[in-house]
Amino acid sequence: MLDDFLIRAALAGLGLALAAAPLGCFVAWRRMAFFGDATAHAAILGVALSLALSLPIFAGTLVMALIMALAVGALGGRGLAVDTLLGVLSHSALAAGLVAITFVPGARLDLSAYLFGDILAVTRTDLAVIWGGAALVVALILWRWQRLLTATLSPDLAHASGIDPRREQHVLTLALAVTVAVAIKVVGALLIGAMLLIPAAAARPFARTPEAMALIAAAVGGTAALAGLEAAWLFDTPAGPSMVCAAAVIFLASAAFGRGRG
Amino acid sequence: MSLLSARDLQVTLGGHGVLQGVDFHIDPGEIVTIVGPNGSGKSTLLRSLIGAVRLDRGSVTRAPGLRLGYVPQALRIDPTLPMTVRRFLSLPARVETATARTALREAGAEALEGRQMAGLSGGQFQRVLLARALLNEPQVLLLDEPTQGLDQPGSAAFYRRIEEIRAHLGCAVVMVSHELHVVMSASDRVVCLNGHVCCEGHPETVAQAAEYRALFGTGTHGALALYRHEHTHSHDHADAS
Repeated sequence: MLDDFLIRAALAGLGLALAAAPLGCFVAWRRMAFFGDATAHAAILGVALSLALSLPIFAGTLVMALIMALAVGALGGRGLAVDTLLGVLSHSALAAGLVAITFVPGARLDLSAYLFGDILAVTRTDLAVIWGGAALVVALILWRWQRLLTATLSPDLAHASGIDPRREQHVLTLALAVTVAVAIKVVGALLIGAMLLIPAAAARPFARTPEAMALIAAAVGGTAALAGLEAAWLFDTPAGPSMVCAAAVIFLASAAFGRGRG
Repeated sequence: MSLLSARDLQVTLGGHGVLQGVDFHIDPGEIVTIVGPNGSGKSTLLRSLIGAVRLDRGSVTRAPGLRLGYVPQALRIDPTLPMTVRRFLSLPARVETATARTALREAGAEALEGRQMAGLSGGQFQRVLLARALLNEPQVLLLDEPTQGLDQPGSAAFYRRIEEIRAHLGCAVVMVSHELHVVMSASDRVVCLNGHVCCEGHPETVAQAAEYRALFGTGTHGALALYRHEHTHSHDHADAS
């Protein structure tokens, strides 16, 4: 029943869900939701850069997301409250990206694909990039898992155990930038934050350990990706937003169940 | 030979000088308590000792291969982070269940193994943090206001436990504390801090020192002391080392 492009779309959605799940848990635990949004919004600037320089979209978004994440890190703690700073950078990056793209000839028509994703147009090459990036993110987080958790609990506890919490922050920054670059084709710059946060939030009531939460989040994300695609196919709705809607429905069910239990 | 020593520490946080010219050392088996008014740099000194603070000047030296256990000031765990006590003890190094149980028993937290960290009371939480600090059989245990938020019997019990642990493990203990009456009875040495080391020595000696009285008043061993921040008190002998 599934045509070839639908299989590619399903695999792309699953790849993103896999990388977004453990990273999204850290975004939730460390209250980095706004940080994730700022990084994702910078991706639009990266798209403009890629189109202007004829670079692969992945490369441009990765570079801009990294620059944004590092800029936020460097500017943090210089007077402005962090959420104010992130708000300024996040919206400025999005606006600047939208403006910059209009200067690239012929790019305007494609804009919504970068804002909301274009998962049905995923090619074999895209798929390789998505799964390669996802594997990198998962490997990175697995490798640093114990240290990341310790640094998340308390920077001082991390120091006392010989762990540098700033280095672990950089690990997450890198993972986030790669995830953003991978996700732009799948759900677009505006909805990356949703794919990070919603599965993690939906997983919380059912988890007793961090590992369980990451695994459940992966299951939620994967289910949402497939259900969203199915809905997009049946109702002719945009695929990326449909996936996020599916995740939101799972979250609501989980929240209702969690409240009933608690 | 000191287990842990600091020389001439100078630390600035947020543009304010917090520590100036602070020397500190801890020898095997000693209980040393750091007292001082709010904002006097007690926690900063402790955090400098574990390497969590960037030093403007000075140095911290650890004995080679030193095992240290650190109990931070009341830690808050984000409720979105699910974490059982057992899982918490395996961070960052995974430990055997038998080791974890021994540490929990030693810290008086044996019944908490399967509980969620976010659901613990203040006293239970502190005992779990203590258990975690005991996992590697530390040679020096560093505690930052470990009884904050505990009631009087609770904190008295906590300090008794620390003494038992010291007797059992033979570890040195560095504590930051507000509770002067406990400090005075339980410490081998007291360091009175107010950005710099005002005075230090045996508890009895420190309690009689003019610098100490200027900071804490002259109540019964300082038990009724006012935590007033005095910038104006003077030193006849500039600095104890």
